[in-house]
Formats: sequence, C-alpha cells, structure tokens
Amino acid sequence: MMNELDKSLLEKIADLTGTTADALNIRKDSGCAARQSTEHIEISSKTDGKEGIDIRIKDGTKGEKCYIPVIISKSGLSEMVYNDFYIGDDCDVEIVAGCGIHNSGCNESRHDGVHTFYVGKNSRVRYAEKHYGENDPGQTGQNVMNPKTEVYLGENSVMQMDTVQIRGIDSTRRETAFHCEAGSEIVVTERLLTHGKQVAESDMVINLNGADAKGRVISRSVAQDESQQVFYPRMVGNAACFGHVQCDSIIMGDAKIQSIPAIIANCPEAQLIHEAAIGKIAGDQLLKLETLGLTEEEAENTILEGFLA
Amino acid sequence: MLELQNISYRVSTPEGEVDILKNISITIPDHRLVVFTGPNGGGKTTLAKVIMGLVQPTGGKILYNGEDITGLSITERARRGISYGFQQPPRFKGITVNDLLLLAAGEKKLTKDRCCQYLTKVGLCANDYLDREVDVSLSGGEVKRIEIATILARGSELMIFDEPEAGIDLWSFARLTETFEQIHKEDEATMIIISHQERIIRLADEIVVIANGEIAHRGDCEQIFPLILADTLGGCPVIERKEAATV
Repeated sequence: MMNELDKSLLEKIADLTGTTADALNIRKDSGCAARQSTEHIEISSKTDGKEGIDIRIKDGTKGEKCYIPVIISKSGLSEMVYNDFYIGDDCDVEIVAGCGIHNSGCNESRHDGVHTFYVGKNSRVRYAEKHYGENDPGQTGQNVMNPKTEVYLGENSVMQMDTVQIRGIDSTRRETAFHCEAGSEIVVTERLLTHGKQVAESDMVINLNGADAKGRVISRSVAQDESQQVFYPRMVGNAACFGHVQCDSIIMGDAKIQSIPAIIANCPEAQLIHEAAIGKIAGDQLLKLETLGLTEEEAENTILEGFLA
Repeated sequence: MLELQNISYRVSTPEGEVDILKNISITIPDHRLVVFTGPNGGGKTTLAKVIMGLVQPTGGKILYNGEDITGLSITERARRGISYGFQQPPRFKGITVNDLLLLAAGEKKLTKDRCCQYLTKVGLCANDYLDREVDVSLSGGEVKRIEIATILARGSELMIFDEPEAGIDLWSFARLTETFEQIHKEDEATMIIISHQERIIRLADEIVVIANGEIAHRGDCEQIFPLILADTLGGCPVIERKEAATV
C-alpha cells in the first residue's frame, strides 16, 4: 500500500501523481508496489534469479511513457537491482526512472541499480533519472545510491539521458557507459548539487563506434559546504564521429571538485572537444541581481537554480 | 530627489592614499536627465556606484527622497527605486532573457507583449531572444542591450546607466537615444547617464563634467558643450614639453 510519504517521494522523483495509463513499475522497499504493462510495453520480473525487471518495448512503439521509480522508506534497507530494457526498432518512447529514499532512522539506506539498455535501430529514447533523499528530523541515517547504466545504441537511434541529483544523497558513485553504432546520437545532461559532507562521483565513457555517431555530455554541478565531487567523462572516438564534453561546476564553501574530462581518438576522422570549468559564483553576478532588488541569498539561489535548470 | 553631500572615496595603494572622489556635492531633482561626462578615470563610474551602493564612500552622505540611504545595502536601495545598468554586465549560465526581465520587473509572469516592449526599445526582437540564455552565446552588444532592457522592465524612479552606448551598434544606439528621450519627455523617471556621446549629452537637462574626482563644470548643453570640445583638443604633455624646448 502506498502512503502519503510514498506518494510525495513518487511525485518528487517521477512527477507521478494519481493513476496513469502508461506502463509502470513501482518498487517499494524491495517489493513491487504496483505494476502495469501496456499493449506495447511489457514489464516482467527477471527470471534469472536476479532482483529486478525486464522491460520490453515492441518495434514501432511511439509516444508512450514508462515509469519505473524506486522508493525506500525503511531505514537500513540495502538492495541491488538489475533492470534490463529491450527497446525495438523505430520507437519513440520516454522512460522515467528515479529513486527516492526517506530515511526514518540512523541506519544506512542504500540502492544500487544496474540499468542496461539495448536500443534497436532508428529509435528515439528519452531517459530521465532523478535521485532524491530525505531524513526524518534529527535522524542521521546515510542515503546511498550507486547507479550503473550501460547503453547499447543501435544504428541511427537517438538517446537523451537526463540525470538529476539535488541534495539529500550522502554518497553516490555513478558509472555510465555508452556504445554507439553508426549514425546514432547520445546526449547526456547531468545536474548535481551536493552539500554537507556528501560525496559524489561520476565515471562515464562514451564509445563512438560507428561512422557519424555523435556524443554530447553537458555536466553542471554545484558543490557546497564540505562536499566532494569527482567527474571523469571520457569520449572515445573509434570512427568518423563527433564528440563534445562540457563540464561546468560552481564551488562554494570548503567543497572540493575534480573534473577530469578526457577525449580519446582512435580514428583520424574523429572530432572530439572537451571543455571544463570550475569556479565560484562571480561577484558581479550577485551584485547585478542585488541591483534588481534581490537579497544576496536570493541572488545566490537564483544563480544556482538557473545553472542547474 | 537625490542629494549627494560631500561625497569622498579614498583608497589605499602601495604608493599611498589616493582620493578617487573629493568632496562631491550635487542635488538632482526628480524627473531630470543628468549626464555625467568627463575624462576616463575621472570618477564618474565610482560616483554612480556610490549612489547604487556598489561602492561605499569613505565620507559624505546620500539622501534619497529625504531619507539618508548612505548605510543601506544595494538591495534596500533597489527596493526604494534606484536601478543601475552596468557598463559591462555579467553573463549568467542557465538564466534566460525572460528570467532576467521577470526578476527585474519583480513579477512571476510578464506577458510577451510587455517583454516585447522592453526589448524593442533596445532594438531586440522578443521572438529571437526571450528564451535565450544570457551566456557567452550572446555578443557583448546583445548582453548590453538586454541589460538596459532589464532597467526599463524594473521601471524605477531613478535609473542610472553607465555608458549605455558602449559596445552597441549605430542602429541600436539611435533606438536607445529615442527611448531615453521618450522616458524623459513622459516624466517617467530621473535618469543619470554616464556618457561621452554627443546625442545623449544633447538630451540632458544638466551636464556634470567630472574630472580628477571633482565636479569640474556643471551646466546645460549650451554652456558645457564648448568646454568639452575645447578639452578634447588636448595633446601629450611629454611631446608638448619637447616641442616647447626646441622652440
């Protein structure tokens, strides 16, 4: 049964309110709270003994959404979940994942998820993953999430992956790998805000294997207080391809950020670019917004919200 | 009404104390258009920043509508109706032109028509610009015109513009001077414009020439313009000394 807390978490991580006609699987405290397949999208439990689900999307499925949020409300729960997506040819679909933890105690709650995508030819996939954590007042249980995503992108397919983690997650280590065939395109946007003593690491590799494959990474992060972040995006050109990595970070307080973008060309026709910047909020930005009537704190929040939007 | 009373600004440098502003006093009545002009480094921008609170004077008092605002923050002055258009406005990653206009107007929503009005006055088209981020993808001139549009959207009683013409093309500049003229004609605001441009200087009710941290001259266009032209004929003192020695 879903309670108000669960509903609130679902809204935060997947914008899910009320019922939906879309394909759906809600995982709650390692169990299945709801599941719904549609004519074109079938969700089933894994049969190889591993925890998790298989999502099969038929060829030619267009304009459909699939929600697979995970919520954890038991303090001390730890799980390892495998979700495999089989997306056919000529599809145009949106997949909304995400994990929300409400930690009511002093124990570590942890979700480790492995998502593997097998995308057919000529398909478009939008994949959103939002991470959110909260603690009951006075409770100190750590919220940990370690997502691993592996994507095999078929010829001429396009995938847009948006990840968002704003506050609440004490420790995260994200591993992401893309394998892009000819004519395919991957666009990754990462949004991250850490505070307190939080730690976040993102290790990403994009293998542009086929001719005319394109890859683009846009990473924007804010590290506050004593939090620490490490980014390691690598764009590997194995064919006549185009890749662009852009990492921008705002550093505040006593935070530490490492940004280590890498571009690796294994083909003379590969065009690869990387840009990385770390800096604090510019004083003239704050002053400008203050002249518009914002307080210093409002100005800072406005700059951060815009940066992470 | 704005009154500056004996404003001074002194800074310490390795060479000793330097007076950037020296005991400046001036009163600007409501709905006047006043141009601050004068040589580079003379103190014009510092004086304008003192009014907005961007620079805290080391001496003197600022009264705005009878209230002593010398100790007020930038935010408090902005909320009392003072706005400031920067000579070199900052850029913001992720903040759109529309966002900035909303922040400036202090409203959650602005109709496209209103945004269009503000942007048209600086020679920009709302359709092309509203959703664009105010980041490095915009040219210096575009950012400058957006900056001026935010001041128009703010609709303050006292508008300060620091060299609004800098970096703006001739066509947009012509549109901009019309906008200043219109605001002035309709008595919408008091304007202090730092400028070196004849077309803007000629719009002014009063021209204040600031040089070496002091008010060198004050008066209307007829009185001051000949003085400015005379000053622009200055040469290099080193060469002049050499020439004098050879005569």
